[in-house]
Amino acid sequence: MAERGSTSDGTELIKAVPLRRPGRWVAATVILVLIALFIYGAATNPNYQWDTYRKYIFDSRISTAAWNTLQLTFWAMVLGGVLGVLLAVMRLSDNPVLKSAAWAYLWIFRGTPVYVQLVFWGLFTSLYPHLAFGIPFLHQFAHFDIQTLDAAFLFAAVGLGLNEAAYMAEIVRAGISSVGEGQSEAATALGMPWGLTMRRVVLPQAMRVIIPPSGNEVISMLKTTSLVSAVPYTLDLYETQRSISGVVFRPIPLLLVASTWYLAVTSVLMVGQYFLEKHYAKGASRTMTARQLRALASAMGRENLGGKG
Amino acid sequence: MTEPMVRANGVHKNFGALTVLKGIELTVARGEVMCLVGPSGSGKTTFLRCINHLERVTAGRLYVDGVLVGYEERGNKLHELHPRVAAKQRRDIGMVFQHFNLFPHMTALENITEAPIRVKRQPKEKAVANAKRLLDQVGLGEKAKAYPAQLSGGQQQRIAIARALAMDPKLMLFDEPTSALDPELVGEVLDVMKELARGGMTMVVVTHEMGFAREVADQLVFMDDGAVVEMGKPREILVNPQHERTKAFLSKVL
Repeated sequence: MAERGSTSDGTELIKAVPLRRPGRWVAATVILVLIALFIYGAATNPNYQWDTYRKYIFDSRISTAAWNTLQLTFWAMVLGGVLGVLLAVMRLSDNPVLKSAAWAYLWIFRGTPVYVQLVFWGLFTSLYPHLAFGIPFLHQFAHFDIQTLDAAFLFAAVGLGLNEAAYMAEIVRAGISSVGEGQSEAATALGMPWGLTMRRVVLPQAMRVIIPPSGNEVISMLKTTSLVSAVPYTLDLYETQRSISGVVFRPIPLLLVASTWYLAVTSVLMVGQYFLEKHYAKGASRTMTARQLRALASAMGRENLGGKG
Repeated sequence: MTEPMVRANGVHKNFGALTVLKGIELTVARGEVMCLVGPSGSGKTTFLRCINHLERVTAGRLYVDGVLVGYEERGNKLHELHPRVAAKQRRDIGMVFQHFNLFPHMTALENITEAPIRVKRQPKEKAVANAKRLLDQVGLGEKAKAYPAQLSGGQQQRIAIARALAMDPKLMLFDEPTSALDPELVGEVLDVMKELARGGMTMVVVTHEMGFAREVADQLVFMDDGAVVEMGKPREILVNPQHERTKAFLSKVL
């Protein structure tokens, strides 16, 4: 280790007087004052009704609703992700039918509002009252009367997921296209078949491009779940706080309660995204990690010591 | 007579209306090093890629180790190969690219063990031990855990050679392996290739390194405009080229 204040060979390190930056101090002060004023105002303004906020923030109906919202987000994203990868591969394939089918899917699901799609899913049972499995026109194995089915959650998740797939498809396609042709060529030359090349070489590299916008999609999906009243599904966070505030006539504190929960879940998701990004950044940069630098420095230190001793 | 490693009979390759190869005739014997030289756009790289089925031959026949490349001959008809069969044939042919094409998300060691473990289903310990031996062979034993981005171009290309060797190929193809390197890094890659040639590996090398060709190649092939213009012992061709186009090319590069 080098001594503080000098390098290993004894040269004194530079200690310069830092440049003064008054503008920064003024700007920082102004912003801090504004924030303090806002917090003070919010804390003392009775219209925020903080007692009601405290009463409902950990209400079991709210936390159950937050859980429902999270589940909706999860299943919609799983469906959207899987279907999105499939659509992306279809769009990149040489088969013109697959290609145009994927294009048409995107055209429809990206081109109509998700709210309208959710209303349609609510009306699904009016469009198709019965579901039957079998060979068309010949034989029927099973028959379901889905009009009686209480499937608001299912329809909400499917509605959100199918919409999401259109966006995920574009994200995945951009990711796959970002991986140079040389990569799949090198894998092919090593005798790796297409699937293995995709799984081991192309997709792991594509993930670096796919994850940041997908993280956006997850967070955006969490908030889009507030539209599922269109199905109508009413047990999500937004609808639950609305039904409570409808009873107690205090919309402001309950909106704050819902916002707090949305924010909390979003924060957790952001942490998850950070670690995912870190995982897939493997080998992306030639700068060494702090650990690698320490190892290198200590290895060189040993060499120096050996040279002197 | 033993079957040569590579045999090309009238190999043609079109990309749409563009004819890139116009009837290549040549053979590469086992253990032989062949260098392909010629101006850019002469079809050297395309021919190399045909040997490894990265491009499909449009006319003529190309055999590697006696097996027809890219097609299967049944009766008097040629059938397209199933990708899986083609992948199987490629396992035995190593390829080194101009831009290395190492997998950037894997360490040097993982780059080398990937195909033996996933394609050849070698046990991990065996693949790792073999990879370490290959890393030593290319002089990069201490770089096993480095990612490609942390290595110089010359080091990356040596890792790429080790990666190809890990599949235990019977034929190695080099596509301008030193063209993307800084001049002072060219030597270290050529040294590895010379070592490989001395070890008896059959090699087809597309290169602009005339010094390497003179020293190592058993056969030098000069290509221009999609055809073989001249071929023979490197010393003879380099010292006493017979063809005008060869003379013109050599006067530029020598």
